[in-house]
Amino acid sequence: MSKGRFGIHGGQYMPETLMNAVIELEEAYEHYKNDFEFNRELTALFNEYAGRPSRLYFAKRMTEDLGGAKIYLKREDLNHTGAHKINNVLGQALLAKKMGKTRLIAETGAGQHGVATATAAALLNMECVVFMGEEDTKRQALNVYKMRLLGSKVVPVTTGTATLKDAVSEAMREWTSRISDTHYCLGSVMGPHPFPTIVRDFQSVISREIKAQLREKEGKLPDAVIACVGGGSNAIGAFYHFIDDPSVRLIGCEAAGRGVDTFETAATIATGRLGIFHGMKSYFCQDEYGQIAPVYSISAGLDYPGVGPEHAWLHDIGRAEYVPITDDEAVDAFEYMSRLEGIIPAIESAHAVAYARKLAPTMDKGQIIVINISGRGDKDCAAIARYRGEEIVE
Amino acid sequence: MSRIAEAFAHGKAFIPFITCGDPDLETTAACVRAMAEAGASLIELGIPFSDPTAEGPVIQSANVRALSGGVTTDKIFDMVAELRKDVVVPMVFMTYANVVFSYGMDRFLSRAQAVGMDGLILPDVPFEEKEEFAPTCRAHGLDLISLIAPTSEGRIAEIAKAAEGFVYCVSSLGVTGVRTQITTDIGAMVALVKQANPNIPCAVGFGISTPEQARKMAALSDGAIVGSAIVKIIAQYGREAVPRVRDYVAEMAAAARG
Repeated sequence: MSKGRFGIHGGQYMPETLMNAVIELEEAYEHYKNDFEFNRELTALFNEYAGRPSRLYFAKRMTEDLGGAKIYLKREDLNHTGAHKINNVLGQALLAKKMGKTRLIAETGAGQHGVATATAAALLNMECVVFMGEEDTKRQALNVYKMRLLGSKVVPVTTGTATLKDAVSEAMREWTSRISDTHYCLGSVMGPHPFPTIVRDFQSVISREIKAQLREKEGKLPDAVIACVGGGSNAIGAFYHFIDDPSVRLIGCEAAGRGVDTFETAATIATGRLGIFHGMKSYFCQDEYGQIAPVYSISAGLDYPGVGPEHAWLHDIGRAEYVPITDDEAVDAFEYMSRLEGIIPAIESAHAVAYARKLAPTMDKGQIIVINISGRGDKDCAAIARYRGEEIVE
Repeated sequence: MSRIAEAFAHGKAFIPFITCGDPDLETTAACVRAMAEAGASLIELGIPFSDPTAEGPVIQSANVRALSGGVTTDKIFDMVAELRKDVVVPMVFMTYANVVFSYGMDRFLSRAQAVGMDGLILPDVPFEEKEEFAPTCRAHGLDLISLIAPTSEGRIAEIAKAAEGFVYCVSSLGVTGVRTQITTDIGAMVALVKQANPNIPCAVGFGISTPEQARKMAALSDGAIVGSAIVKIIAQYGREAVPRVRDYVAEMAAAARG
């Protein structure tokens, strides 16, 4: 079987035109990942620019309210640009720069990865073009403005369902037409090898920090780590350094939309089937003929019909559990955490909070749950207000 | 001699592409007959996919029209079975890995063989992933066609050595679609293929739309492939496109033969 496999998943299902580009990327990454100077520069960017390490915060009121396990929040929402996306982007942009690339392209759903890429491009003086579904450019107009403000070009994608998967397709098409000076800064642990590995490694700083921070605060491992999963980059980042600690439950929360028994869902592991798409073998929402299904979630960041190949493998071997969370549950959790902890989570992260609310009361008081708060919720306020029947005019 | 080898045995080949089910399968079948009569050496039948990442806007739109019209892989197999009662020109499917994988690889290739297909092109299956599909293709007598691109430097020899049927030379960077100019050194690409595998025919595709381009590309290789230009005619004329497709293919086939 080809390179970059997680069990049967992963691989490199890409047009021939891009094969030398992904091979070149793999070779560069293999070189720089152990390069002292590269790691020194990246750590400096993480710490001085992005604000790492992010805090591990004991959520006292939630813990008391739920009456079970102790709850800690990994505050990726406090990173520069407001989400975990910056971890991966700084790594890839620095790598691209070392490879002599002068231009970054990226896809974005809600706009978080687009804003992070535009930020890194500004910082490293690179040209940047972000592909975004036209639907999403309307839903996330503020992020479109931010990307332009940061000096990037935003290309609205009108093909297909005009959402995240189409933005990925369009970025891939753009990359086939311009390779020599351009790096495709993929935003999640998906796509062809080596992207799932590169993105996971850059995001794994999250679990490395959780482990050290919890050792200091509690002197032990957590009993469960909970994160939301779209493509799955914040989740794999939060899981990675615990995969070999079998006592730690790893729980990924998928976006069930209006429910896994409806067509308006994006819960890939709950409702998808094995397939090949966007460069990888994994689970995808698709019809009986392999046509990729239009998916739905209130969260634009989880609104993707596939899941990263390493998650598909962790599911197959039973190492991680994947649970569906509906729009209703996520919105309740969004409001709940805002009220109890004074922290407004991204609607994506609220999916993880929703599951913690179910799980914590079933656990003992001595046990520990870590929820990865992958991003902050400012971007979602208007949409949640609308969900509750209130129109906000900015 | 396989039917695909036969297609290249009588001078330069002209290979038209059509998206099945755009605007409906009756029109597709009529176009295939017309293209065969007009001198096509081999015909590529596109099975539409929801997210065709290697296609430009013209063929993307054709995929959308075909799928919204309700075409399925099974209906396309039925159309081919019907065509094969009188159409003898070699035919290959061009589609995406998931269409074949999701149908069940063995089930897909059994049906493809049963209805009389000769080969399969999967633009998202590079050399590295070929062995997942190639043995099943072989077992059912279909050639899995390999592609090479202007960026394939250093990879051409291994790809050519393992190639079956013919090598699809992608003329330019980017996705499918009409181009005013093709700047790649096609002659050099073809020479590298022939050096590694002297017997494998090479056909050039991506961006060819004019008789002049077809003549030039075929002269540098063993044939020319045209997709978007034909799909455009069908997009414009719909069910009335058949005679126009016939005239266009006749003109292009004559140009390719030089």
